[in-house]
Amino acid sequence: MGSHGIKDQVAIVGMGCTAFGEHWDSSTDDLLVESATAAAASAGIGLADIDAFWLGTMGSGVSGLTLSKPLRLPYKPVTRLENMCATGSESLRNACYAVASGAYDCAMAIGVEKLKDSGFSGLAGSNPPGAGDDGKGETTAPANFSLLAPAYAEKYGVDAAEMKDVLTRIAWKNHRNGAKNPRAQFRKEVPKETISKSPLVAGMLGIFDCSGVSDGSAAAIVVRAEDALRYTARPLYVKALSLVAGPADGLSGTGYDFTTFPEVAASARDAYAQAGITDPQAELALAEVHDCFTPTELVLMEDLGFAERGQGWKDVLSGRFDLDGDLPVNPDGGLKAFGHPIGASGLRMMFEAWLQLRGEAPESRAVRTVAEGRSLALTHNLGGGPGECVSFVSVVGTERGA
Amino acid sequence: MGGLVGYAAYIPYYRLERSRIAGVLGSGGGRGTRSVAGYDEDTTSMAVAAGRAALAGLTGAGGPPGAGGPPGAGGPLAREFVRQLFFATTIPAYADKTNATAVHAALRLPAEALAVDMGGAVRSGVGALVTAAQSPVPTMALLADIRTGLPGSADERDGGDGAAAFVFGGDTAGDSAGAGLPVLAEVIGQGCATAEFLDRWRAPGAAASRVWEERFGEQVYGPLAEAALADALKEAGLTAGQVDHLIVAGLPARAVSRTVRAAGVPAEAVVDSRVASIGNAGTAQPGILLADVLDRAGPDETVLLIVLADGVTALALRTTEALASHRQAQPVAAQIAAGSSALEYATFLSWRGFLDREPPRRPDPDPVAAPPAQRRAAWKFGLVAARCTRCGSRSLPPDRVCQQCHAVDEMVPEPLADVPATVATYTVDRLAYTPSPPMLMVVLDFDGGGRMRCQLTDAGENEARIGLQVEMTFRRMVTAAGVHNYFWKARPIRPGSGKDE
Repeated sequence: MGSHGIKDQVAIVGMGCTAFGEHWDSSTDDLLVESATAAAASAGIGLADIDAFWLGTMGSGVSGLTLSKPLRLPYKPVTRLENMCATGSESLRNACYAVASGAYDCAMAIGVEKLKDSGFSGLAGSNPPGAGDDGKGETTAPANFSLLAPAYAEKYGVDAAEMKDVLTRIAWKNHRNGAKNPRAQFRKEVPKETISKSPLVAGMLGIFDCSGVSDGSAAAIVVRAEDALRYTARPLYVKALSLVAGPADGLSGTGYDFTTFPEVAASARDAYAQAGITDPQAELALAEVHDCFTPTELVLMEDLGFAERGQGWKDVLSGRFDLDGDLPVNPDGGLKAFGHPIGASGLRMMFEAWLQLRGEAPESRAVRTVAEGRSLALTHNLGGGPGECVSFVSVVGTERGA
Repeated sequence: MGGLVGYAAYIPYYRLERSRIAGVLGSGGGRGTRSVAGYDEDTTSMAVAAGRAALAGLTGAGGPPGAGGPPGAGGPLAREFVRQLFFATTIPAYADKTNATAVHAALRLPAEALAVDMGGAVRSGVGALVTAAQSPVPTMALLADIRTGLPGSADERDGGDGAAAFVFGGDTAGDSAGAGLPVLAEVIGQGCATAEFLDRWRAPGAAASRVWEERFGEQVYGPLAEAALADALKEAGLTAGQVDHLIVAGLPARAVSRTVRAAGVPAEAVVDSRVASIGNAGTAQPGILLADVLDRAGPDETVLLIVLADGVTALALRTTEALASHRQAQPVAAQIAAGSSALEYATFLSWRGFLDREPPRRPDPDPVAAPPAQRRAAWKFGLVAARCTRCGSRSLPPDRVCQQCHAVDEMVPEPLADVPATVATYTVDRLAYTPSPPMLMVVLDFDGGGRMRCQLTDAGENEARIGLQVEMTFRRMVTAAGVHNYFWKARPIRPGSGKDE
């Protein structure tokens, strides 16, 4: 028994990503066609060359037909899957395992979400029929994640005003990065004062502490590592894929203190072991993390090992995770500025790793760590909330190990 | 007739200052305050609150308080003791479906106990009371009401919301072979006069009652009251001069005043109607006022309760020595004093459905589905969680696999409704769908273990804080697709609320 990973067995050789945003004029089908054809084109192949498909979407369609129909795929295996906000990463993970197993030569992982057709603020989940006695669907996501801020502040002695500054700086940084990204939902820098004075949504979180609700799609082409150079000169080799579902006891057992995601820490440990990473802060060129709300990004810095426990807030304020910092986090703007079409987000993160590690990011947001010789990137994707979540961590790199 | 073995009244937390009515409408209103059921309360939830308090007081001479259950919670003996439950209200949460069954489930009464509604008219309140008193088996009468009228009306101004619960011991009261519960007051006389006349009426579904000219009712009620009063006194073997406490309850104010004047009891025996502070809770008013008297009456005193509603019913009681040591934990006076007058008139109107507010741009709440609600009735209505017999840890909601030691199917029921809890953390959700935004969400840690995320109610957003001591309260969360979702919320423990002792 054990988690062994598939380090360097498969590689990503092509990617596509739509712009994220309020695409009033595009359907789910349109978004899928756009990202799928872009990914295939970037690998220099046609859709007919792909042997199997994993489609991630939380609520924009059910079954493989959601993909096979718009693409008119002829009798191909298409799996539709869902793992809350980690759905896009889950489609990649399954596609990678399918190729690593030898079952298929070439697989596509694709994620999509069409949120803006609902007319609601925030996410509109659909729960199975219930008894109305478990709080499901009662509170909103910003409220659930807002619980992190006061708990963190209290535990580490950060006063409320300072905490607000920390959260504001995270939003400010991600908007600043997003302003340099033509695919991002929000492409403007936002002054810190505007962020900190925005109307409250839940707890101490204002509108600018929340990620964008948007439409979008992203896709990746996965092949065996030994075949990768036939498709591209600079493949991304998959070093680690880890997904864990927690026991969901944070809201029913008294042990959880709302200053960490134990699920994230567990998936990070597993991923680092698979990839052979011992010092993530020094080895990673960049990280794309699940900044659904600003306190989430703060806590993730510690759970992913980018900061010492209780010190993350200082590192945020010092600019360590800025575009030009020691470890750039969310150089594409993150969920905050790029937007968060659920099923697509995990693959959108990978798209930024694809651009940055291959030196294809626009100069204005190219991270210097790559130029300095680092070749690894991490993506982190989370579904659920504090106390009850699933967490995904991947590590990819441009160098194939021995 | 049977003796009274337990009682409690429930006055909701909110008060409307009557002057606020004139402040908005330009006229009307008046002095003082009226009680107001919260947006998440209905007659069923208030009946549960009164019923829980009455059960908590049911402690026999033979055992410690709440033997077998949490302190002050009313032990299994007390719950098994109740064989009938009559629930009277004019504002039933449901028609066709029995509302007393939700109360029965929340009170965790045995399945064999009969639970029925006596709904529709104000008179059903005293009907439930008298029927319970006459029953040969131990019976609980629950009276609850939410009274209001069109904005600016006298009914809005003078109405009140609340509930009361009375447990009569039937033939077993005081019987050592029974539960051994001491009798707090004996029913010693009763009189009744029924008449058909148009005094107050409301078509089902109408927002407000209609009333005929009050002087007409005053004239009709007069002789009816005289007859009922005379019969009750005669059966009790009393003269009016021997009455220690006279309660005259009823919505027809002029007729009530006339009845008080005509009763011939000593002036000091006339009980204050509490209308100035909590209004008149209609169906529940006789119960609330009787509880108020029982909160302070001495031993061997006579109480005469006269109820004017489509006729007149009079009930004479004599208190016992046992009353002094078995009063309800939170006296009516203390509950009145604990109320909050911060309620805006506009909020009151929106709670009562007279002012529709723009909802958040969020999906409608999910309606409750019948099969899961039935499967989880013990948890949903009774807040009965589970405890692992291997490691002792609690599971909320009840699970089959222990989250601590992972033992499978080693759980026993663990009632939590009467266990105090502390706020571990909280937030204010301004986006969530709630009939009265913003939603206050807390994460609770129960004394003795177990955590739950739920809403905080009867509190302003500045009252939520880490470390706040709370008690659990049964509420109507939301209504979706015509289904009321009943579940539990937390509320701050305050003087006058249930757990402050």
